[in-house]
Amino acid sequence: MGKKEWYRKHYEPSGLDKEKFTTLSGTELEPLYTPEDVEDLDYEHDLGYPGCYPYTRGIRPTMYRGRLWTMRQFSGFGTAEDTNRRYKFLLERGQTGLSVAFDMPTIMGRDSDDPLSEGEVGRCGVAIDSLQDMEILFEGIPLREITTSMTINGPAAVLLAFYLCVGEKQGASFRELGGTIQNDILKEYIAQKSWIFPPRPSMRIITDILAFCSAEVPRWNTISISGYHIREAGSTAVQELAFTLADGFAYVEAGIAAGLDVDSFAPRLSFFFNSHLDFFEEIAKFRAARRIWARHMKEKYGAKDPRSWMMRFHTQTAGCSLTAQQPENNIVRTAFEALAAVLGGTQSLHTNSLDETLALPTEKAVQIALRTQQIIAHETGVTNVIDPLGGSYFIEALTERMEREAEEYFRRIEEQGGVLACIENGFFQREIADAAYRYQMEIERGERIVVGVNRFQDPEENLDIEILKIDPEVERRQRERLARLRAERSAAEVERTLEALKEGARGDANLMPLIIDCARAYCTEGEIIGALKEVFGEYREKPIY
Amino acid sequence: MKKPRILIAKPGLDGHDRGAKVVARGLADAGFEVIYTGLHQTPEQITEAAIQEDVDAVGLSILSGAHMTLFPRVMELLREKGGQNIMVFGGGIIPMDDAVELKRMGVAEIFGPGTSISEIVSFLKRRLG
Repeated sequence: MGKKEWYRKHYEPSGLDKEKFTTLSGTELEPLYTPEDVEDLDYEHDLGYPGCYPYTRGIRPTMYRGRLWTMRQFSGFGTAEDTNRRYKFLLERGQTGLSVAFDMPTIMGRDSDDPLSEGEVGRCGVAIDSLQDMEILFEGIPLREITTSMTINGPAAVLLAFYLCVGEKQGASFRELGGTIQNDILKEYIAQKSWIFPPRPSMRIITDILAFCSAEVPRWNTISISGYHIREAGSTAVQELAFTLADGFAYVEAGIAAGLDVDSFAPRLSFFFNSHLDFFEEIAKFRAARRIWARHMKEKYGAKDPRSWMMRFHTQTAGCSLTAQQPENNIVRTAFEALAAVLGGTQSLHTNSLDETLALPTEKAVQIALRTQQIIAHETGVTNVIDPLGGSYFIEALTERMEREAEEYFRRIEEQGGVLACIENGFFQREIADAAYRYQMEIERGERIVVGVNRFQDPEENLDIEILKIDPEVERRQRERLARLRAERSAAEVERTLEALKEGARGDANLMPLIIDCARAYCTEGEIIGALKEVFGEYREKPIY
Repeated sequence: MKKPRILIAKPGLDGHDRGAKVVARGLADAGFEVIYTGLHQTPEQITEAAIQEDVDAVGLSILSGAHMTLFPRVMELLREKGGQNIMVFGGGIIPMDDAVELKRMGVAEIFGPGTSISEIVSFLKRRLG
């Protein structure tokens, strides 16, 4: 019996074939997948073995048998001292990597005493104004022994410089330091919206970082090309996949155009994805992402080093899937999302805390989130077999379909002149805003069920959970420290290094060594970024909704 | 009767504009005149836009935790500049205690995560007549 016959004889009579069953992103699903759906699948060409091109089944031959993913909870709040304590708390509880959340002024390249920073200092991340704060942040944490991920984009070069200088002060050479800066400016224009400079000078800073790190900081992941924020801004899974990879290709092209050999920097590019609630769609997305990246890197960009073909990625469970209603349910949502990331083969994972729709997580909430990963790793048995869903008719058909739809987006982006042109004409922003609105309307019409929000509400609910409060004193203390720093450092050194940076920015010097000199002189982040703004200008977006 | 005019604004430095944009579009679909400021607006810029555009209400969307500084500042500036009749409402990641405090200061309503557009629409219709 063929699938069509089964369908007609056994499924059609149910009448259910008139109803639509879709993934979270709206992809229509068949009731059943069979060998007929994967007829065109060629095992060697499309899947291959784990650790082998095109890496659909995972980038390491042993995957989690050999080594678990890095459990890397994103955290930061208040002053460097407050966050240093939280890091030690997490490391003591078995976290295996650090991930720094900066406050909004730091993310926007502004000091804590900037008028626009008022009310924002230390609120949704840690306030870092200078090398001094970074020294406090990592006090008692040997940077040689741990890897650190820093979620920073516009001012990534500056925070990387601070980090390298802290390592140096601890006696570690640049070559020994490992970690990641997000440094993905393209997704800032597309989704996250914390940009500083216009796109073109931003791309120059990025290629400077690529060149500097390939030579001096070989263990550093120079860009974490991020779909996470694209998804949080409301995109579908396919849009997340397609726009993120398109950004990745744009960085590769920029590196090549700047005269770098693709294999000199591509192995240090990594990715960052969202893991949302539609279990199978997410798993297929991760598998498709690896395959698309490998194929393009090898076939289109001529990379020869297998490490350039291999997509390594960090995953965070979907913040936007969490609800303020019945927040304990968020533990369950996060666990399923984390499981999808693990079945999709992630290298590193952040699980959200149950209280994040209300405030920054408390210690108790973040411990449950970390324990969720440890339970998946050590109790469920899903780590025993590599890519356990590989070969599932459904998973393979969905993986293939997502790849095809992403390729269709690449074609449309190319047609409009590439990623930068699509940012400038608002293509990405419109596609994402449309998807976000569509999703909201589906919830409002009750077509999409969100437990506790539009179904199964608890009329008696009394939101009584502990909330992390940031003391308003944080802002005052941080400003005082900054004022002392400004008074104590050498003003002449500050001026000299900032002038040299401006000079370099006007020409075509690599900016990284100049920024490192500024960092060593204890120039503040705002001063360094300010010097660059004088040369590069600032970006403004045309508001559309 | 003239359509109520609403300014949707993103004060502060955070770039999370999904909520603001969805609400702006939802209100426009429901027949309001909507002006959206775009990102990274100071309380001064928001107040000026509200008065210049002669709006009936200002909706502030904020996630960065700076609401207890920025909301009161907008209220204060509106009073100073003769916009005391403009209703202020808001949304975003705002803890319950802070929401209560903001309402005590005169913010008309705080819409938390999970609020439907139709709730916001009916609230505005009720309050703006």
